[in-house]
Amino acid sequence: MTPSRRFLAHFYMALFVIYLMLPLVVMAGAAFNDSKLPTIVPWKGFTLDWFSALFADGRMWRAFLNSILVALAVVALAVPIGTAAAIVINAISGKWRATLYGFMVAPVLAPGLVIGISTVLFWNSLGNTVGSDFILFRPGLHLSTLGQVSFISAYVMLLVLARLQSFDPGLEEAALDLGASHAQVLRRILLPHLYPAMGASAAVAFFQSLENFNVTLFTRGGADTLTVYVFSKVRAGITPTINALAFLLICVTLVLALVYEMKRRRKARIEAERAAEARRAEAAML
Amino acid sequence: MSAGIDLENVCCDFGTFRAVDNANVSIRPGEFFSFLGPSGCGKTTILRMVSGFIEPTQGTIRIGGKDVKGTRPNQRPTALIFQNLALFPLMPIWENIAFGLEVRGVDKATRRRRAEELLKLVDLPDAADKMVSQLSGGQKQRVAIARALAVEPSVMLLDEPLSALDLKLRQHMRAELRAIQKRTGVTFIYITHDQGEALAMSDRVGVMSQGRIQQIADPREIYNNPVNGFVASFVGENNIFQGEIQNPSGGMARYVTPHGTFRARLGDLGGMPGKLYVRPEHTLISATPAEENSIPVTVGDVSFEGSFIAIHATSDTGAHLTAEIRNDGSATVPERGAKLYMSFAPERAAILPDANVRG
Amino acid sequence: MENLIRRYGRGLTGIFVLLVGFWLLMLVILPNFAMFEQSFRPYLPVTEIGGPRDVYSLNNYAKFFDAPVEWSLFGITLMVPVHVLSFLQTIFYSALCTVIALILSYPLAFYLAKIASPQSLPTLLLLLFIPLWVSEALRAFAWYVILTFNGPLNQLLMWLGLIDQAIRWQQGVLTNFDAIVIVMVYCYVLFMLLPIYTSIQSLDTNQIEAAEDLGAPWWRTHLRVVIPHAKPGIASGCVMVFMLSAGSLLVPTVVGSTRANWFPQTIYTWFNDSQDWQTGAAYSMIFLLLCIVFVILMLRLFRVSLSDIAK
Repeated sequence: MTPSRRFLAHFYMALFVIYLMLPLVVMAGAAFNDSKLPTIVPWKGFTLDWFSALFADGRMWRAFLNSILVALAVVALAVPIGTAAAIVINAISGKWRATLYGFMVAPVLAPGLVIGISTVLFWNSLGNTVGSDFILFRPGLHLSTLGQVSFISAYVMLLVLARLQSFDPGLEEAALDLGASHAQVLRRILLPHLYPAMGASAAVAFFQSLENFNVTLFTRGGADTLTVYVFSKVRAGITPTINALAFLLICVTLVLALVYEMKRRRKARIEAERAAEARRAEAAML
Repeated sequence: MSAGIDLENVCCDFGTFRAVDNANVSIRPGEFFSFLGPSGCGKTTILRMVSGFIEPTQGTIRIGGKDVKGTRPNQRPTALIFQNLALFPLMPIWENIAFGLEVRGVDKATRRRRAEELLKLVDLPDAADKMVSQLSGGQKQRVAIARALAVEPSVMLLDEPLSALDLKLRQHMRAELRAIQKRTGVTFIYITHDQGEALAMSDRVGVMSQGRIQQIADPREIYNNPVNGFVASFVGENNIFQGEIQNPSGGMARYVTPHGTFRARLGDLGGMPGKLYVRPEHTLISATPAEENSIPVTVGDVSFEGSFIAIHATSDTGAHLTAEIRNDGSATVPERGAKLYMSFAPERAAILPDANVRG
Repeated sequence: MENLIRRYGRGLTGIFVLLVGFWLLMLVILPNFAMFEQSFRPYLPVTEIGGPRDVYSLNNYAKFFDAPVEWSLFGITLMVPVHVLSFLQTIFYSALCTVIALILSYPLAFYLAKIASPQSLPTLLLLLFIPLWVSEALRAFAWYVILTFNGPLNQLLMWLGLIDQAIRWQQGVLTNFDAIVIVMVYCYVLFMLLPIYTSIQSLDTNQIEAAEDLGAPWWRTHLRVVIPHAKPGIASGCVMVFMLSAGSLLVPTVVGSTRANWFPQTIYTWFNDSQDWQTGAAYSMIFLLLCIVFVILMLRLFRVSLSDIAK
């Protein structure tokens, strides 16, 4: 690779990052513009009014709360389901494995609106079949939760499966051999190995649920989630309160990213120190 | 507290493949017993049947005289040391060692004390709070042994635990394993494909091939009096001749080959054809023909192996032979192209069948 | 199954199977079957459901071919049913988004996998991930802010003297779908970048060096060594971007012109405004069929398997 091409590559990378970041900066900047429309030009002066308007927006807060509740419910359902699915698919082999795996990953590829519509129709016709008008069978955030779980479980399954592939089944046998019950093996050996992947997939599930739009739109009934609220605001004429909200969400994202990066670096350092100690011990023995 | 193990007519099939065929062996309490064989010979299957991860298709396994059919691995008085050790990477060392006690509901203080005692036993007194990734290969080895000992097993099962170590460390750990076994008095069943390991450590060795136990004997007997060609070849080098048996009498026979007629011990052929086997270190060289079993040869390669020197030669009739002489300065090393004689004592050579196989 | 019981015992295996069964049956298979079944039923008031008029027919699917409109392609004017037109345009512009995203992503994926220094890599990846964590609604909205008539883009271009008067981006310059394509590429480009990056990363750098050492020019190295290796990643990225684009309801609604009708918007209209869930189901069946055909096409084209894609 010649220096000029290398420079070109770095330059392209920088350009791409700017391309990704600039719209977010523009959007966040508009939150501080004292203009009725969400824009940064013309700049009519600095204001924090849109933040106070945001905090006074009861509907927004209800939508926000709904989003959090749905996301938590999705995590609570999708993580156990996806983990169980990963364990099952990892332990079986033969011709059924491919079929089962196909069914498990299909929801990842299924379009959100198809998942949304099929979920509503299924629970609705189930309600009609059993002749019940019980709230479970009618559109609402519980159906949004179920719809989201149907594809988010697949993400969890894939993440946990990747981690499982680095798991030595010999550890399970070693624990059984030492007298552990199956439940103890799961709790002390397998799950601790999977916790990092389960944690990561819980985070993925949480954020996927928060930002989900298509499934939610078709299943929500009358309830709002944050994404649906933003959508309806854009349709109905928009004010910079959304920009204020965006600014806050971006800040939260940045803080989370920073915390994650710091944790990763500390962990990498500890691992390197341990490996060095093992090498020294090896050398000392010979 | 150590127990004997009896296998009676044990078979194990995987589909149509018979991994273990009619194994009969009686391992004594407190014995260090090795199963030796190439990969795929069924030795690991035997180990997994004893530990309870596989049920035999036929036959009976008794541990301490008790039939263990249907007893699950976590209820057997055995402790297995895995080939890759299978230490729990997310637990500190002492929790690894005390895991067997933890699952039996022993309280934490006792667990910790016991773990530290065991760490002293395996000579790692300061490792309790370290993580697995901080230890060297040899240290991990000892932790695995300590972990297995913690549950006070009657039998320890070791599945090639030294194979991941480098040569120096492996030799060091051999002595250590043997010492720990003698100290604790627990029955050890050791699986290996390394004949050096098996011969050096074991009280008795069972040599296996293609699912069958070929010979069970102490290491000396295995090496000096192999019952068939497989055992003879697996535990050491041989010069091999093919020919016809004549006048068998008193355990000896004449053996007619294109390279000469020899006299040798006659093994138990069981109706099968036999070949003549003689070890290179029992093959002698001399400038003049010996009284018996003497072959005129021309020296080819002379390779220096450290403690001994191997002399490769070709007989006038085209047979390839090897003789080993000790590197103690007592003998003169022949040059390439030298004409001399190779010979062997009749009681050092044996006519043996190929191997005990199905069919 | 036997292996599962041996490793985890009967009790735990039962729990695992129950969880997986609930997921696949109640959340995946039966809902799709319900949608299939409902798509053949008429839209009826609740009281008539199960009545004499509630019979299976293809009527819902026939609506797809109603209401022809004029459409000119290369100067030839055709009469095309309005929903078919929307369907075809959705496919075309989604494919366009996919191609643009691929062109933008490939060099960057290669840069990240093989050129960027290992120390800076985690930070770079994190930087790229940040927009992914900000929700799609807000990413689309950011462009709404940029593209508005009095917005920063027009102001910048006029200040630079590139244009004389502001452009109505949302109405489109070249086609009605300009804004939609621009914003979709922005929203989904990372779904192209990450799988390609992952697949190039698994390529042994020695292979690239060997190719260069044997005298291959850079483009041939890519064509013969890197791209064949990255195929599963490229296929996976293309599938993701196409499906996300074709299935997007948010982006066309937020930045699309009134003249650009995206197929999911049509479905949503049936479902929400007309409250005709059955026709909505029929249209989503058509849409699902498109997606399945597209995935199969990509699998064939790149000669990869489903498990390669879903990584």
